[in-house]
Amino acid sequence: MKLKLPRILLLACSIALLGATITSCKKKQSDADIKAAVETALKAEPMSTVTMVDVKDGVVTISGECKDDMCKASCEKTAAAVKGVKSVVNNLTVAAPPPPPTIAADDPLTSAVNDALKAFPGVSATVKDGIISVTGKIAKADRQKLMMALQALNPKKVDVTGLSNN
Amino acid sequence: MALQDKYKEIVDAATAAGTQDLLVREQDGVLYIDGSANGTTKQQLWDLYEKIDPDYASGDLVMNINSVSGVQEGAKLKVTTNSSNLNIRKGPGTTHGVVGKAARHEIVTLVRKENDQWWVIKTDDGEEGYSYTQYLTPVEA
Repeated sequence: MKLKLPRILLLACSIALLGATITSCKKKQSDADIKAAVETALKAEPMSTVTMVDVKDGVVTISGECKDDMCKASCEKTAAAVKGVKSVVNNLTVAAPPPPPTIAADDPLTSAVNDALKAFPGVSATVKDGIISVTGKIAKADRQKLMMALQALNPKKVDVTGLSNN
Repeated sequence: MALQDKYKEIVDAATAAGTQDLLVREQDGVLYIDGSANGTTKQQLWDLYEKIDPDYASGDLVMNINSVSGVQEGAKLKVTTNSSNLNIRKGPGTTHGVVGKAARHEIVTLVRKENDQWWVIKTDDGEEGYSYTQYLTPVEA
Protein backbone atom coordinates (compact mmCIF):
# COMPACT_ATOMS: atom_id res chain seq x y z
CA MET A 1 0.00 0.00 0.00
CA LYS A 2 2.79 2.32 0.86
CA LEU A 3 4.30 1.83 -2.53
CA LYS A 4 1.05 2.28 -4.39
CA LEU A 5 0.21 5.62 -2.92
CA PRO A 6 2.75 7.71 -4.84
CA ARG A 7 1.63 6.05 -8.05
CA ILE A 8 -1.95 7.02 -7.47
CA LEU A 9 -0.80 10.51 -6.66
CA LEU A 10 1.19 10.63 -9.85
CA LEU A 11 -1.80 9.45 -11.82
CA ALA A 12 -3.99 12.07 -10.23
CA CYS A 13 -1.40 14.66 -10.99
CA SER A 14 -1.17 13.74 -14.63
CA ILE A 15 -4.95 13.76 -14.99
CA ALA A 16 -5.01 17.20 -13.43
CA LEU A 17 -2.21 18.29 -15.75
CA LEU A 18 -4.03 16.93 -18.79
CA GLY A 19 -7.18 18.74 -17.76
CA ALA A 20 -5.17 21.90 -17.30
CA THR A 21 -3.67 21.65 -20.78
CA ILE A 22 -7.09 21.15 -22.35
CA THR A 23 -8.68 24.07 -20.52
CA SER A 24 -5.69 26.31 -20.86
CA CYS A 25 -6.03 26.57 -24.63
CA LYS A 26 -6.59 30.24 -24.07
CA LYS A 27 -2.91 30.75 -24.80
CA LYS A 28 -3.12 32.44 -28.19
CA GLN A 29 -1.73 30.73 -31.25
CA SER A 30 -1.54 32.63 -34.49
CA ASP A 31 -3.84 31.61 -37.32
CA ALA A 32 -0.78 30.82 -39.43
CA ASP A 33 0.52 28.43 -36.76
CA ILE A 34 -2.86 26.71 -36.60
CA LYS A 35 -3.06 26.47 -40.39
CA ALA A 36 0.36 24.80 -40.53
CA ALA A 37 -0.55 22.42 -37.72
CA VAL A 38 -3.88 21.46 -39.32
CA GLU A 39 -2.19 20.90 -42.67
CA THR A 40 0.40 18.64 -41.06
CA ALA A 41 -2.28 16.71 -39.20
CA LEU A 42 -4.35 16.24 -42.36
CA LYS A 43 -1.33 15.09 -44.33
CA ALA A 44 -0.98 12.23 -41.89
CA GLU A 45 -4.62 11.30 -42.55
CA PRO A 46 -4.34 8.41 -45.00
CA MET A 47 -7.81 8.87 -46.49
CA SER A 48 -7.62 12.59 -47.07
CA THR A 49 -7.08 13.80 -50.60
CA VAL A 50 -6.04 17.39 -51.25
CA THR A 51 -7.82 19.69 -48.83
CA MET A 52 -7.60 23.43 -48.57
CA VAL A 53 -7.18 24.85 -45.10
CA ASP A 54 -8.15 28.38 -44.06
CA VAL A 55 -7.98 29.77 -40.55
CA LYS A 56 -9.50 32.93 -39.19
CA ASP A 57 -9.49 33.70 -35.46
CA GLY A 58 -9.04 30.02 -34.68
CA VAL A 59 -11.95 28.94 -36.86
CA VAL A 60 -10.71 26.43 -39.41
CA THR A 61 -12.38 25.99 -42.78
CA ILE A 62 -11.45 22.81 -44.65
CA SER A 63 -12.43 22.29 -48.27
CA GLY A 64 -11.63 19.86 -51.05
CA GLU A 65 -12.86 16.47 -52.10
CA CYS A 66 -13.17 13.37 -49.96
CA LYS A 67 -13.86 9.90 -51.25
CA ASP A 68 -16.65 9.17 -48.76
CA ASP A 69 -18.54 10.44 -45.70
CA MET A 70 -16.24 8.58 -43.36
CA CYS A 71 -13.25 10.47 -44.73
CA LYS A 72 -15.15 13.75 -44.47
CA ALA A 73 -15.98 13.15 -40.81
CA SER A 74 -12.52 11.94 -39.90
CA CYS A 75 -10.83 14.94 -41.56
CA GLU A 76 -13.05 17.23 -39.53
CA LYS A 77 -12.17 15.35 -36.36
CA THR A 78 -8.47 15.55 -37.14
CA ALA A 79 -8.69 19.30 -37.75
CA ALA A 80 -10.75 19.87 -34.60
CA ALA A 81 -8.19 18.04 -32.49
CA VAL A 82 -5.40 20.44 -33.44
CA LYS A 83 -4.32 22.76 -30.64
CA GLY A 84 -5.78 26.23 -30.86
CA VAL A 85 -8.69 25.29 -33.13
CA LYS A 86 -11.95 26.79 -31.85
CA SER A 87 -14.26 25.24 -34.39
CA VAL A 88 -14.22 23.64 -37.83
CA VAL A 89 -16.28 24.63 -40.85
CA ASN A 90 -16.42 21.48 -42.94
CA ASN A 91 -16.75 22.38 -46.62
CA LEU A 92 -15.42 19.07 -47.87
CA THR A 93 -17.40 17.52 -50.67
CA VAL A 94 -17.80 13.80 -51.11
CA ALA A 95 -16.95 12.35 -54.51
CA ALA A 96 -19.88 10.76 -56.32
CA PRO A 97 -19.84 6.98 -55.81
CA PRO A 98 -18.90 4.91 -58.87
CA PRO A 99 -21.90 3.78 -60.92
CA PRO A 100 -23.26 0.37 -59.91
CA PRO A 101 -22.22 -2.56 -62.07
CA THR A 102 -24.32 -3.15 -65.17
CA ILE A 103 -25.92 -6.56 -65.08
CA ALA A 104 -27.04 -8.01 -68.40
CA ALA A 105 -30.66 -9.13 -68.79
CA ASP A 106 -31.13 -12.91 -68.84
CA ASP A 107 -32.15 -13.31 -72.50
CA PRO A 108 -29.21 -11.54 -74.15
CA LEU A 109 -26.92 -12.99 -71.47
CA THR A 110 -28.09 -16.54 -72.22
CA SER A 111 -27.37 -16.20 -75.93
CA ALA A 112 -24.02 -14.56 -75.23
CA VAL A 113 -23.13 -17.41 -72.85
CA ASN A 114 -24.12 -19.98 -75.48
CA ASP A 115 -21.92 -18.22 -78.03
CA ALA A 116 -18.98 -18.24 -75.63
CA LEU A 117 -19.46 -21.92 -74.73
CA LYS A 118 -19.16 -23.06 -78.37
CA ALA A 119 -15.41 -23.14 -77.82
CA PHE A 120 -15.68 -25.33 -74.72
CA PRO A 121 -17.25 -28.70 -75.52
CA GLY A 122 -18.30 -30.56 -72.38
CA VAL A 123 -19.26 -27.35 -70.60
CA SER A 124 -22.83 -26.13 -70.27
CA ALA A 125 -24.44 -23.31 -68.37
CA THR A 126 -27.74 -21.88 -67.28
CA VAL A 127 -28.58 -18.25 -66.62
CA LYS A 128 -30.97 -17.02 -63.97
CA ASP A 129 -31.23 -13.49 -62.55
CA GLY A 130 -27.90 -12.62 -64.09
CA ILE A 131 -26.10 -15.54 -62.44
CA ILE A 132 -24.30 -17.90 -64.81
CA SER A 133 -24.16 -21.41 -63.35
CA VAL A 134 -21.58 -23.51 -65.15
CA THR A 135 -21.53 -27.31 -65.12
CA GLY A 136 -19.52 -30.03 -66.82
CA LYS A 137 -15.83 -30.78 -67.18
CA ILE A 138 -13.00 -28.64 -68.42
CA ALA A 139 -9.24 -28.93 -68.84
CA LYS A 140 -7.63 -26.87 -66.10
CA ALA A 141 -5.65 -24.92 -68.70
CA ASP A 142 -8.89 -23.80 -70.40
CA ARG A 143 -10.61 -22.66 -67.23
CA GLN A 144 -9.09 -19.19 -67.31
CA LYS A 145 -10.12 -18.64 -70.95
CA LEU A 146 -13.65 -19.71 -70.12
CA MET A 147 -13.81 -17.34 -67.14
CA MET A 148 -12.40 -14.46 -69.21
CA ALA A 149 -15.13 -15.02 -71.80
CA LEU A 150 -17.97 -15.36 -69.27
CA GLN A 151 -17.01 -12.53 -66.94
CA ALA A 152 -16.86 -10.13 -69.90
CA LEU A 153 -20.60 -10.59 -70.50
CA ASN A 154 -21.73 -8.42 -67.55
CA PRO A 155 -23.11 -11.23 -65.40
CA LYS A 156 -24.14 -10.70 -61.79
CA LYS A 157 -21.86 -13.56 -60.88
CA VAL A 158 -20.34 -16.72 -62.33
CA ASP A 159 -20.89 -19.88 -60.30
CA VAL A 160 -18.49 -22.68 -61.24
CA THR A 161 -19.13 -25.01 -58.30
CA GLY A 162 -20.61 -27.50 -60.80
CA LEU A 163 -17.56 -27.40 -63.06
CA SER A 164 -14.84 -29.96 -62.45
CA ASN A 165 -11.36 -30.32 -63.90
CA ASN A 166 -10.73 -33.27 -66.17
CA MET B 1 -14.75 -4.11 -47.65
CA ALA B 2 -13.43 -7.63 -47.04
CA LEU B 3 -13.65 -8.47 -50.75
CA GLN B 4 -11.66 -5.39 -51.63
CA ASP B 5 -8.98 -6.65 -49.26
CA LYS B 6 -9.07 -10.17 -50.71
CA TYR B 7 -8.51 -8.89 -54.24
CA LYS B 8 -6.43 -5.84 -53.30
CA GLU B 9 -3.41 -7.24 -55.18
CA ILE B 10 -5.38 -7.21 -58.45
CA VAL B 11 -6.60 -3.64 -58.00
CA ASP B 12 -3.13 -2.45 -57.04
CA ALA B 13 -1.58 -4.16 -60.08
CA ALA B 14 -4.30 -2.74 -62.35
CA THR B 15 -3.64 0.75 -61.02
CA ALA B 16 0.13 0.35 -61.35
CA ALA B 17 -0.24 -0.85 -64.96
CA GLY B 18 -2.23 2.25 -65.86
CA THR B 19 -5.54 0.48 -66.51
CA GLN B 20 -7.97 2.97 -68.01
CA ASP B 21 -11.49 3.63 -66.71
CA LEU B 22 -10.77 1.36 -63.76
CA LEU B 23 -13.91 0.83 -61.69
CA VAL B 24 -13.98 -1.23 -58.51
CA ARG B 25 -17.18 -1.68 -56.56
CA GLU B 26 -18.91 -4.21 -54.40
CA GLN B 27 -22.55 -5.20 -54.55
CA ASP B 28 -24.41 -8.09 -52.92
CA GLY B 29 -21.27 -9.98 -51.97
CA VAL B 30 -19.62 -9.70 -55.38
CA LEU B 31 -16.73 -7.43 -56.32
CA TYR B 32 -16.78 -5.96 -59.82
CA ILE B 33 -13.56 -4.82 -61.46
CA ASP B 34 -13.86 -3.19 -64.87
CA GLY B 35 -11.33 -1.41 -67.03
CA SER B 36 -9.37 -1.29 -70.25
CA ALA B 37 -5.77 -2.41 -70.59
CA ASN B 38 -3.48 -4.12 -73.05
CA GLY B 39 -3.39 -7.88 -73.46
CA THR B 40 -0.29 -8.31 -71.29
CA THR B 41 -1.85 -6.49 -68.34
CA LYS B 42 -5.11 -8.41 -68.77
CA GLN B 43 -3.19 -11.70 -68.60
CA GLN B 44 -1.23 -10.53 -65.55
CA LEU B 45 -4.43 -9.56 -63.71
CA TRP B 46 -6.11 -12.85 -64.55
CA ASP B 47 -3.09 -14.80 -63.33
CA LEU B 48 -3.33 -12.89 -60.04
CA TYR B 49 -7.05 -13.70 -59.88
CA GLU B 50 -6.29 -17.39 -60.36
CA LYS B 51 -3.60 -17.26 -57.68
CA ILE B 52 -5.93 -15.65 -55.12
CA ASP B 53 -8.95 -17.77 -56.01
CA PRO B 54 -7.85 -21.11 -57.51
CA ASP B 55 -10.34 -22.48 -60.05
CA TYR B 56 -12.34 -19.23 -59.60
CA ALA B 57 -14.46 -21.25 -57.18
CA SER B 58 -15.56 -18.45 -54.83
CA GLY B 59 -17.74 -16.70 -57.38
CA ASP B 60 -17.24 -13.39 -55.55
CA LEU B 61 -15.40 -11.49 -58.30
CA VAL B 62 -16.51 -10.48 -61.77
CA MET B 63 -13.52 -9.08 -63.62
CA ASN B 64 -13.94 -7.51 -67.02
CA ILE B 65 -10.65 -6.16 -68.37
CA ASN B 66 -11.19 -5.17 -71.97
CA SER B 67 -7.98 -5.52 -73.96
CA VAL B 68 -9.52 -4.69 -77.34
CA SER B 69 -11.28 -1.40 -76.63
CA GLY B 70 -8.43 0.58 -78.20
CA VAL B 71 -8.58 -1.29 -81.52
CA GLN B 72 -9.67 1.09 -84.28
CA GLU B 73 -11.75 0.42 -87.38
CA GLY B 74 -9.53 -0.55 -90.27
CA ALA B 75 -7.09 -2.33 -87.94
CA LYS B 76 -5.60 -5.62 -89.03
CA LEU B 77 -6.57 -8.67 -86.99
CA LYS B 78 -5.10 -12.13 -86.90
CA VAL B 79 -7.39 -15.13 -86.68
CA THR B 80 -6.29 -16.94 -83.52
CA THR B 81 -8.55 -19.98 -83.36
CA ASN B 82 -7.17 -23.10 -81.69
CA SER B 83 -7.13 -25.15 -84.87
CA SER B 84 -10.22 -24.64 -86.98
CA ASN B 85 -11.36 -21.91 -89.35
CA LEU B 86 -13.21 -18.88 -87.98
CA ASN B 87 -16.85 -18.57 -88.93
CA ILE B 88 -18.03 -15.32 -90.46
CA ARG B 89 -21.72 -14.92 -89.76
CA LYS B 90 -24.67 -12.96 -91.03
CA GLY B 91 -25.40 -11.42 -87.62
CA PRO B 92 -23.93 -11.05 -84.12
CA GLY B 93 -24.59 -14.47 -82.59
CA THR B 94 -24.08 -18.15 -83.32
CA THR B 95 -27.74 -18.46 -84.25
CA HIS B 96 -27.00 -16.46 -87.39
CA GLY B 97 -25.97 -18.36 -90.51
CA VAL B 98 -22.35 -18.72 -91.62
CA VAL B 99 -21.59 -16.59 -94.68
CA GLY B 100 -17.88 -17.24 -94.91
CA LYS B 101 -14.79 -18.52 -93.18
CA ALA B 102 -11.39 -17.13 -92.34
CA ALA B 103 -8.47 -19.52 -92.05
CA ARG B 104 -6.45 -19.88 -88.88
CA HIS B 105 -3.71 -17.20 -88.75
CA GLU B 106 -5.25 -15.34 -91.69
CA ILE B 107 -5.10 -11.53 -91.43
CA VAL B 108 -8.47 -9.78 -91.66
CA THR B 109 -9.62 -6.17 -91.32
CA LEU B 110 -11.89 -4.72 -88.66
CA VAL B 111 -14.86 -3.00 -90.29
CA ARG B 112 -17.00 -2.18 -87.27
CA LYS B 113 -17.51 -3.20 -83.65
CA GLU B 114 -21.01 -4.44 -82.90
CA ASN B 115 -20.18 -5.08 -79.23
CA ASP B 116 -17.30 -6.53 -77.22
CA GLN B 117 -18.11 -10.05 -78.40
CA TRP B 118 -18.95 -9.54 -82.07
CA TRP B 119 -17.10 -7.53 -84.68
CA VAL B 120 -17.75 -7.05 -88.37
CA ILE B 121 -14.63 -8.13 -90.24
CA LYS B 122 -13.61 -8.32 -93.90
CA THR B 123 -11.23 -10.83 -95.42
CA ASP B 124 -8.83 -10.01 -98.27
CA ASP B 125 -11.17 -12.05 -100.50
CA GLY B 126 -13.94 -9.57 -99.72
CA GLU B 127 -15.96 -11.81 -97.42
CA GLU B 128 -17.61 -9.65 -94.77
CA GLY B 129 -19.62 -10.50 -91.69
CA TYR B 130 -19.68 -10.97 -87.93
CA SER B 131 -17.01 -12.91 -86.06
CA TYR B 132 -16.41 -13.69 -82.40
CA THR B 133 -13.76 -11.36 -80.95
CA GLN B 134 -12.25 -14.04 -78.73
CA TYR B 135 -10.54 -15.48 -81.81
CA LEU B 136 -9.29 -12.18 -83.18
CA THR B 137 -6.00 -10.72 -82.00
CA PRO B 138 -4.93 -7.23 -83.06
CA VAL B 139 -1.75 -7.28 -85.12
CA GLU B 140 0.79 -5.02 -83.43
CA ALA B 141 1.59 -2.10 -85.70
